[in-house]
Amino acid sequence: MKLQLIIILGVLSSFLYSCGLDNYDAPGSTLKGRLVYNSEPINVSYNDVTFQLWEPGWQKKAEINVAVDQDGSFSALLFNANYKLIIPSNQGPFRSKLNAETSSDTILVNLNGDKVLDIEVEPYYMIRNPLFTVAGRVVTGTFKAEKIITGVNAKNIDEVAIYVNKTMFVDFRSNVAVATLTGSAITDLNKISLNTSVPTLVPTQTYVFVRIGLKIQGIEDMIFSPIVKVNL
Amino acid sequence: MKKYSILLLLLMSLAWGCNDKAFLDKQPTNILVDSQIWADKSLVLSVIADLYDRVPEFQTITGWSEFASFDEGFASNAGDYGRHKNTEYSYGDWGNWDYGLIREVNMFIEKCGTADKLDPADKARFLAEGRFIRANIYFELVKRMGGVPIILEPLTYDFNGDPTYLRKARSKEVEVYDFIIKELDEIKVDLPKSSVIKSRATQGLILAMKSRVCLYAASIAKYGATTPTVTLPGGEVGIATGLAAGYYQKALTAAEELINSGDYSLYRKKENLSENFSNLFIDKGNNPEAIFVRDFKLKSGKVEGWTLVNQPWSQAEDLEGGRLNPSLNLVQSFEKLDNTYETYVTNKADGDYIYFTSPKDLFVNRDARLEGTVMLPGSFYKGKQLDIWAGFLLANGTVIKGDNFGARKTLPGKAAAEYVVGFDGPIDNLEFSAQSGFYVRKYMDLAVGSGQRGVMSEVWWIRYRLGEIYLNAAEAAFELGNNTKAATYMNKVRERAGLIIPLTEANITFDRIVHERKVELAFEGHELWDMKRWRLAHIIWNGQSTELTTSPGKSDQVSTRVFGMWPYKYYNPGGANDGKYVFQKIIPAQVTNAHRFRLGNYYSDINSTIRNNNPLITRNPNQE
Repeated sequence: MKLQLIIILGVLSSFLYSCGLDNYDAPGSTLKGRLVYNSEPINVSYNDVTFQLWEPGWQKKAEINVAVDQDGSFSALLFNANYKLIIPSNQGPFRSKLNAETSSDTILVNLNGDKVLDIEVEPYYMIRNPLFTVAGRVVTGTFKAEKIITGVNAKNIDEVAIYVNKTMFVDFRSNVAVATLTGSAITDLNKISLNTSVPTLVPTQTYVFVRIGLKIQGIEDMIFSPIVKVNL
Repeated sequence: MKKYSILLLLLMSLAWGCNDKAFLDKQPTNILVDSQIWADKSLVLSVIADLYDRVPEFQTITGWSEFASFDEGFASNAGDYGRHKNTEYSYGDWGNWDYGLIREVNMFIEKCGTADKLDPADKARFLAEGRFIRANIYFELVKRMGGVPIILEPLTYDFNGDPTYLRKARSKEVEVYDFIIKELDEIKVDLPKSSVIKSRATQGLILAMKSRVCLYAASIAKYGATTPTVTLPGGEVGIATGLAAGYYQKALTAAEELINSGDYSLYRKKENLSENFSNLFIDKGNNPEAIFVRDFKLKSGKVEGWTLVNQPWSQAEDLEGGRLNPSLNLVQSFEKLDNTYETYVTNKADGDYIYFTSPKDLFVNRDARLEGTVMLPGSFYKGKQLDIWAGFLLANGTVIKGDNFGARKTLPGKAAAEYVVGFDGPIDNLEFSAQSGFYVRKYMDLAVGSGQRGVMSEVWWIRYRLGEIYLNAAEAAFELGNNTKAATYMNKVRERAGLIIPLTEANITFDRIVHERKVELAFEGHELWDMKRWRLAHIIWNGQSTELTTSPGKSDQVSTRVFGMWPYKYYNPGGANDGKYVFQKIIPAQVTNAHRFRLGNYYSDINSTIRNNNPLITRNPNQE
């Protein structure tokens, strides 16, 4: 009786051991970095800008989507492999740059262990010198909009806006106060000023997070300035 | 042993005795086979009836909750609050890829073509109906997915191990529209010209559908230019701008042919214009306006529960109701009788409330379609007055309200408890109460028992009606620059709604066209497709939490959240306004997020399983 029990237990525990033999290791290599223009990060809204990693050689094709965070950073936990990185067209407030290695917008990513990769892109505009001042409950932001892409591919500004929120998620969806200015109303790109008054916050909070957003005509995703915490 | 051998031989010889052919080839007793069906007209009819019933539909009376997906209504049902909490629509939303159904229709067409036992006239009609259903399915597909592979015969796999020969690439969007138009033109002669037939294809329906199809193609060609990224290089999505005028002309011609034929007329049977408008949808006897319907019948197993799920709680015949609450966004869109727009004025300039003797007083002198579409506070349904009021407002500004239907509390200065909220609500977070302050009236059955689960309703779902055709004609005429004609057609529909001051050609603008369709065709399943083809969807549902617009007549106003308006009884014993009603505009507590329609939502996602099985299928734009 006792022997039987031992044998059964032995067989059962050998099943457990086989799990270790059958399964893959979890993906363990981190690919992280930022979307940058001349080493400056491109700030975007959360969950809106993504790029794709393709691993050639499999029967079925499916991309790995990597989302870009608000400050332009990204991070993905992956298997070691050779990936092709593509930023789909119409994605993000920028254009992909020509990659010298592939002579296309595809970037080859050879992942073997952790890797840091900054992706150079060419934004239509950059928000320069954002400065926020507070008077009472009115937050004022001044900045310069620098047109990066000029010539035939240039695009006009649809709208600029200042967004204020209670939390560190700040964009057109997540805000408690917003002020906008349409592109046609901007007289001087070098000095744009926007202000909005912050409503009473419940529960009381003595600080808010603000940033500037710029919408480009014909482009869905906006470009932003870094998020700044200001005290009221 | 020997004994068994003999026995075995005996059994085998018994088997010999059977006539295998007759013994094994038995006619099934549980299904009908092709040879039986294609010899009998009434059996073919039941096959095609099944196909008619399976054409995909998005918003319809058998699925109330989809009407709450946008800004027409609030979903007063605990399981559907999420519709007002989502931040963005999924790329797969309202998609469809039902090639199984298309195969069945193709098989029907193929078998009908070879059937030789049917009367030739019947056969031609069935064949035309099969092709109509197929064209209809392709229209549903192209609205959702853009250009799709056009498959016209049942594909069969020969099991040779290589299915690649069955792969078909997507056609251009314009090719699918042209295919539908060509099919409609070709089958028209084989269909009966009768306005009495409502649930099968007729010549009138072909013209009605053609006007809608051409209008969609035309507006995608014209307004698609405003969203240049919503295209594919192969033309699977997007139609060239230059084709717009041609399609508008076709839409106008088809609509005018139908209007001028005189076979159909606008519904005018009741003196009260609001009652007339609501009756249009539930009157199944000799309805001159309905062109094509999905019909239901009591005690037949095919009934619908629109009345059951939406009936006012105060007079519910069962333990449910009140689910779809029209939004203030929609309710304020109905214009005044002098053809001007005005949002509801609830407060005086100095901030004090305006006091109304009856809650209906706020809604006087409005388009009659308002009451025909929406049950307002103080209006009647099934002969009983609705009980929509949110509570008592005291002179000092405090509100006394209950948390259940008809809750009772003691008011200050009184000894006994009394009702402090109506039996229809509105009560925040309480399902089936009128959380927006309104209930829906369109398609609500007046028959006793229609609100019982065991009975339900036989009110039909009108898929095409003459009112829409007038608006199609008006829109096409306007886009072709003929404002006089546009005004004439629009005035026909407006006059029926009590807006008797005619619009002049100077009044006809794009905003007017958009607005008229919004109020005439609310809760009829047009909103999403209209907003998509005008490329307005990403503008009006842009994900930003903005306040309710003050210009309801403008087409580009952001409307991402549904708002409501609640009546309160004013309690000020001895005061002049005691017992009168005041109104507050509110946003229901369950509405926490703004709708966001991204550019990638214009054409639904063709999922990766489909694309991997057939690599010729391209992905829709802006979804990566």
